Parts: sequence; C-alpha cells; structure tokens
Amino acid sequence: MSVIQVTDLKKSYGGIHALSGCSMTFEDKAINGLIGPNGSGKTTLFNVITGYETADSGQVSLRGQDITNAKPDEVFEQGIGRTFQITRIFPRLTVLENVHVAAQRQGFVAQARGWDSAAERERAMEVLEFVGLARLAPEIAGDLSYGQQKLLEFAFITMARPSVILLDEPAGGVNPSLLRHISDRIRALNSEGVTFIIVEHDMEFVMRLCDQVLVMHQGSALTSGPPEQVRSDPAVLEAYLGTGPKEGS
Amino acid sequence: MTATEIAPVGAASPQHVPYRPPRAVRYGATAGLLVLLIAFPLVLPNPTVTSIGVFTMIYLIAAIGWNIFSGYSGYISIGHAAYYGIGQYTVALITIHAHLPGGWGLFGLLPVAGVVSALASIPIGFLLLRVRRHTFIVLTIAIMFILQLLAFNLTRFTNGSGGLTMPFPTWTGNFFNMPFYYVGLLAAVVAGAAAWWIRRSKYGLGLFAIRDDEERARGLGIKVTRSKLIAYAASAFFVGIAGGLYAPFVGSVYPQFAFDPTFDLAVAVLVFVGGIGTLSGPVLGALVLIPLQQYFYLQFGNANLYLIAYGVLFILILRLLPGGIVPGVTSAWRARLVARARARQEDTRPEDTGLKDDAGQKGRA
Amino acid sequence: MLILQAIIDGILIGGFYALMAAGLTLVFGVMEIVNFAQGILVVLGAYLSYALYSHLHIDPFLGLLITLPAMFLVGVVIYWTMIKPIRRDRVIMSLLTMFAVGTVIEGILDLIFTSNLVQTTTSYVNSSVQIGSLIFPEIYLYSFAMAVVLLSALYWLLYRTKFGRNLRAAMQNPTAARMVGIDIDRISAFTLGIGVSLAAAGGMVFGSTNSFDAASSYDLISRLLAIVIFGGFGSLSGALVASIVMLVIEDVVAVVWSPTWGQTTFYLVLILVLLVRPQGLFGRTAVRAQ
Ligand SMILES: Nc1ncnc2c1ncn2[C@@H]1O[C@H](COP(=O)(O)OP(=O)(O)OP(=O)(O)O)[C@@H](O)[C@H]1O
Ligand SMILES: [Mg+2]
Repeated sequence: MSVIQVTDLKKSYGGIHALSGCSMTFEDKAINGLIGPNGSGKTTLFNVITGYETADSGQVSLRGQDITNAKPDEVFEQGIGRTFQITRIFPRLTVLENVHVAAQRQGFVAQARGWDSAAERERAMEVLEFVGLARLAPEIAGDLSYGQQKLLEFAFITMARPSVILLDEPAGGVNPSLLRHISDRIRALNSEGVTFIIVEHDMEFVMRLCDQVLVMHQGSALTSGPPEQVRSDPAVLEAYLGTGPKEGS
Repeated sequence: MTATEIAPVGAASPQHVPYRPPRAVRYGATAGLLVLLIAFPLVLPNPTVTSIGVFTMIYLIAAIGWNIFSGYSGYISIGHAAYYGIGQYTVALITIHAHLPGGWGLFGLLPVAGVVSALASIPIGFLLLRVRRHTFIVLTIAIMFILQLLAFNLTRFTNGSGGLTMPFPTWTGNFFNMPFYYVGLLAAVVAGAAAWWIRRSKYGLGLFAIRDDEERARGLGIKVTRSKLIAYAASAFFVGIAGGLYAPFVGSVYPQFAFDPTFDLAVAVLVFVGGIGTLSGPVLGALVLIPLQQYFYLQFGNANLYLIAYGVLFILILRLLPGGIVPGVTSAWRARLVARARARQEDTRPEDTGLKDDAGQKGRA
Repeated sequence: MLILQAIIDGILIGGFYALMAAGLTLVFGVMEIVNFAQGILVVLGAYLSYALYSHLHIDPFLGLLITLPAMFLVGVVIYWTMIKPIRRDRVIMSLLTMFAVGTVIEGILDLIFTSNLVQTTTSYVNSSVQIGSLIFPEIYLYSFAMAVVLLSALYWLLYRTKFGRNLRAAMQNPTAARMVGIDIDRISAFTLGIGVSLAAAGGMVFGSTNSFDAASSYDLISRLLAIVIFGGFGSLSGALVASIVMLVIEDVVAVVWSPTWGQTTFYLVLILVLLVRPQGLFGRTAVRAQ
C-alpha cells in the first residue's frame, strides 16, 4: 500500500530543473530510504511534499487524497512531519518549549491555556528522554550543539504523533553511538505504525534500517527496491559516480 | 535504565542555571512596584509631577501593548501611532457628537477606543502582514502617515489642522491629574496581565515560535497569519486605549499629535531599552525613560533644545544599552551563577559543560 | 490641456523627488538601513543653499559645488560615528538611530533658523518658458536637467566603475563580498555620503520651490518612504519610476479634483499596488526568509 505518491512532479529554479518529472511511491508503515547524489533533488522533493515550495506541475497525494501545494500547516495537520537538512529549531526558546510548539491543540480555549499542561509536559519529557535531551530541557535551544539540535528537531517532530515522518539527513553530524540510538527509535516508532521517509548519504545507515530504498537522479526517480537489490544495481553506482547514463529517464 | 543514561548527550552538563530570577523575587518585585505606583501621587501630589506620572502611564500602556505584537512575534512596527491616533479621535468624536461632559464618564470610552482601534487594525494588519522585516517596518510607517493625511484632509469629521477640542473635566488643583493617573495605572495593569497571560499561553508560545522561525512554525501546524493578526489587533487595542486616555487629558486632538511619528519611535525605543519580548522590559523602559523625557521637556520648554536633548538621549541609550536593560542585567546575573556552578563542578569533575559561553546572552525575564 | 500641463509638471517635479528617493533606496540597498533622517537631511540641504544664497549671494545651483561635498561628509561622518558601532538588530537599531540623529538635526536647524518659513527666491524662481499654452517654469527645467545629470552620474558610477561593481556585490551578498576582500565599511560610508548628497541636491530644489522650515521634514520623509516602497525597496529604477508616477498622480488629481486629495490618491494607489505586489513595482523578493 502506498502512503505518499508523487506523480510527474516538476520544479525548476531558473534554468535548473530540481525536479524533472519525478514519480515515486512511498510505502505505508514502512521505512523508506531516499538516496541520490548531491543535487539530485531529494530536499526539493521534501519541500514540495510538505508545502515549503510549490510544484510547477504534477501531483502529490497522501493515501489517495490530493495534497498538491497544500500549505505547510495543512500538510502537518494531515499527519506529515519533517526535519530539515540544516536543522531548524527555535533558537531563542528553551528545549522544552521547542517540543511544546509541535504539540497540537485545537480551539480558542485550548490556545488560551498555559502552554505546559501537565499531560503535554509528561509527553514532552518522554520524547526528550528518548533522544537523551531530558536533562537539557530548561536550556535555551540555540545553545545546544549541532548534533543535539538535530536530535531536538527529531524529538519535536515525534511530539505531534504524525503518521508519516520525513527525515532529511538525520545522521549528519550525529555521532555513531547516538546514530544507533536514533535507528532504534525509528524502528520503535515504525513498529507502532509510523511511516518514515529518510534521506541519507550514510549508506550503512540506510541499508541497515530501510525496508525499501528509492533512488533519485537528476530530479527524477532512477530505481527502487529492497536495499540489497538497489545496492547491487549498476545504474545506481553509475549515477553516484557521475557518468549520468539515464538522463531524462 | 532509561535512554537518558545510555545516550551520551549533554552527559556532563551541570546543574541547570535558571534564566529568570526565582518566582518569589519576580512576584515580590511586581507587588512592590505596584504599591509604589499606587502611592506615588499621594506622596508627591504636585501637579507638575503627577502630570509626568500620567504621561508615563500613557506610554506604559502603549509600550506593553506594542510589545505584545512586535516583541512577541518579532515583527517591528514603527506605525502604532496609527492606533494612538484612532483612539484619540474615537474618544474625541464620540464626546463631541454625543455632547458628553468632561469628567469620569469619558473614561468609559476607553474600551471603545480600544475596540475601534483593534477593528481598524484588522484590515490594515491583513495588508501589512504579507511582508516581512524592513518592508514591514517601512509599510507600518507609511500607513501611519496615510492616516495622518486623512486626518488632515477629512475636515468634515476631524476639522483638519484646526483640531478637535475636548470638554475639560471640572476637577481642579492637585486632584486634576489623579483620575487620569489611576485610570491609566489600571489600564496598564490590565495590559500587563494580558501580556503575561499571552506570554504563558499556548497561543503565545506559537508567537515566539513565529519570531524565531516563521516558516518552521507554520510547518508545525501553527496558523501563523491568524496568530500574527490577533497579536496585532491586541496591541492596537491597548495603544488605542493609550490614545483614548491622552485626548481628554490634554483636551485637544490634532492630526500631527494624534498620528505622531515621534510617538512611534518613542514606544519602540522604550521597549528596546527595557528589553524587547520580555514582560518587564516595556515596564522598565517606560518608567525610566518617560519621566526623563518629560523632565527634559519641562527643563527646555523651548521646543528645539528639547528636541536636541531628546535626540542625544536616544542616541546615548541606543549606544549604551543596545540589548536592553532586562536582558543585560539577567545575562550578567546568570553569567555569575554559571561561573559559580562551573567552579563548583570543576572541584568534583573537570569536564566540559556542554553549554556555549554565550548562554546568558539570550536570557529572558 | 490642463491635464497635459499637470502631467508635465508631475514629470518635472518628479525629477528632483527621484534624487532624494534614490538616495534613500540606495542606502537601503547597500546597508539595509532605512534612513529615517533623509527628510531632515533634505531640509538641511535646503537651508544650506538658502544660507549661501541669502548671505553670500551664491546661486543655489552653483552652491551645490559647496553643499554636495559638505553633505557627503555629513553622510560619511554619520556612518562612522552612528551606524558602524551598531552590533545587533542592525535594521531596527539603525532606523531608530537615524531617527534620533534626525531629531537632533531638526532641533539644531530650528534653533538656528527658527520656525519661520523661508524660501530660496532666486531671480528665475518665478520666470517660465511658454510653449503654446504649456508653461515650463524655469526652475523646474533646470532642476530636471540637474536630476538627469546627477542620476546619470550615479548610474555610471554604479554600472561602469570598479567601485560600482564592488558596491553592487556588497548589495547582493555582504558576507561573500567581505570574503573576497571588499571593504564593506568604506563602501557603506561612501554610499551614505552619496545618499545624503542626493538629499541635499533635492533639498536645494525643494527650498527654491517651497517655503519650508525644519518641520517640513516629516511630510518629506513620508513621501519619500511611500515612493521607495512603491518602487520596491532597494531598487533604483523603481524609485525613479515611482517618483514620477507619484507626482503625476498628485498633479493630475489636483487639477481634476482637488489639491488636498492628490497625495491621498497616491497613497491609495500605493495600497492597491501592494495588495497585488507586496514587494513593490521593482522589488526583488516577495518574502525574505527571516
Ligand atoms: N532555492 C533554490 N534556488 C535555486 N536552485 C535550487 C534551490 N533549491 C534547490 N536548488 C537546486 O536544485 C537542485 C536540487 O537540489 P536539492 O537540494 O533538492 O538536492 P539534494 O538531493 O537534496 O542534494 P543534497 O544531497 O546535497 O542535499 C540543485 O541543483 C540545487 O542547486
Ligand atoms: Mg538535500
């Protein structure tokens, strides 16, 4: 079953075609890996799916429902959360406040209540505990190290219990033992039914973790399949080595 | 065995050093200040002094209101005199057309002035909030000037440059300023309570998130446009009330003093000096600067000397206290605590703290 | 015919407004500084020309040879003493600082010249050239010519010289420009100098065609800001086009309707434009990341 499906997405910046007719299907309740050389359009695809950029043409659908060019807040309400390649946290808020920002509340009265309700606070601490940031909860987030900020962003995304989580290079700048910890966390959430789409250059990380790997090249899908199959696909190797044989495929 | 213990994150971080003074200190200081403000005109009933008090209250209300929008959301408005003016004209026009006498009854119009300002702010905010940063700042100024021009030109309503005259209350002597002062203080307390409430509400947290990274906040489901607009209207409400208090106090309304560019900048400077985005910043800024400014005004009654003194004062303050009093003091205070905690820790375990040195810079109060 | 006359007046007057607005937008483009003192600096320029003319009988156009360098220095000094030391929240802090500087200048001018309205009344202020039934006031013709010369010089400076190239690099990416060895401070000081001299040149004409005092600065700054927003902040061509559009609208409305509504009509047009294009006519980006 597919959860997010993109069809013939196109996006160009001036003369650069960041997405040139990209069609892909991400599997539901799976850990999808999305790989591809630098500049192949992975981040752009994330941006288009989550409403940070508008597509020039093509469709994005979530469980069959069209969400093409929906606004970021609408996409989030549909249950899609994401992290950024270059972390985006709220640097002048505390770590705990950062996590609370992502906790959804509906209605005027709920919005007017204090931000740290007991139930939310408990969950927030639990989420922080999972990434090992609980002790830093009262600190200003901008003072955290880069890796810690990466973990914080991961933490607050999970706070809202999205059904799909898009991670853009979660392993960048995070030390190996911590990385294993993140993998465990991803697996645990996945077993609770959360779908992941993970962009990552660390091949070990991707191959170990993912159920399905999709490969992008020059703005469109090159191939996809189980990790072993993709790993041994000569076309993928060529794409990475830069000979670019599959132009416009 | 929890994750905290296995994860090597911030493992060596010291005891958390709070960013704000303890609750007892904060509440105690607030209560003390309130008592001082209530007692002040009783102790010093001289009308010259109490009129400084009234102006201070007017600016205090405006500064707290302005901070709710600009301080919390990070969108700097240099055009809130638009609502100062609308507040003034609202009170003046109703008073004149309904033939109301001067006196206590006019204070009943303050909420009306606030509501009219807030209503006017909604379409204006809708237009303004489509842009950011400099363009936003400059547009706010432009809107203010447009309203000033309208006040000059719509002579049928505003009497143009001839201005409107308000009926004076019959109070005399030392008592004259008192009602204005205490009503102003009450409004300031209400504004402060609103600012405090918003600061700790879920909605307010969203505003602070918008200040830090608007697109990110939107991506976490925050309705940024609505949030900004509500904050904008709330701040217009309080600035409108400030205007509604000013008009009957001085007894007249003129376009250039209602939609007054110097008011815009004065309010912004007050809040910057006190500490933008903090609860106590606007209060400190107004309580320190406005009496000083009024003192200059009385000293150099001659307009040009006053302008020079005022301008030089502004420049000095901006130069000497660029970050604001509250953040400056709290970060210095916190730096001491951090140093002490570090020293204590060094005795037991010589490890890195995991926190950058500039931690205190961002302290809030 | 009246309307044609109004359009011509608008274009001619728009010329010297373009000078003042160009100074404002240029300073913004390079340093991201909203020079709130531009209005009072125009008035300062007007007073300088007035003083030279009334005390030393120096023709205001000739007097520019003195006032422009003097005002250039004023700009450079303001940069080094007031703007350079600002460390944080540069955009807003520089705006507030420039406002404070403007207040001081306003106080000083008021002290020296009092608040009596004055005007630089040269012999040609009231003479004009007539072609058919169209009237071309001489002062406007001269000032338009001057505006063309100064703005061409500015374009030449920006687009034909090494300095201009560095300046445009600094406008687009200050950090990168700094890294390739461009001295941003020198460029900024120079730019503020140019911006202030342009204000002075505009002020000379303003003082010859209007009676003014120090308080005239508020009306000026509001018009200049409106022009610059209309054209797109930081866009030179935008400022030129917007100046002329503004003055033409004002003059035409004054003729067909009433003089009091001229400026208001321009503001309404401004709001309509902003509804469609929040970044102004020639603005670079709709929304800048914070
Ligand atoms: N805002 C933008 N303006 C101009 N070009 C852009 C923009 N965003 C992306 N691009 C271009 O689009 C192409 C795809 O970029 P994208 O960031 O999606 O690649 P990526 O696969 O995420 O690369 P990486 O692995 O390095 O993160 C690149 O050539 C990039 O230069
Ligand atoms: Mg990327």
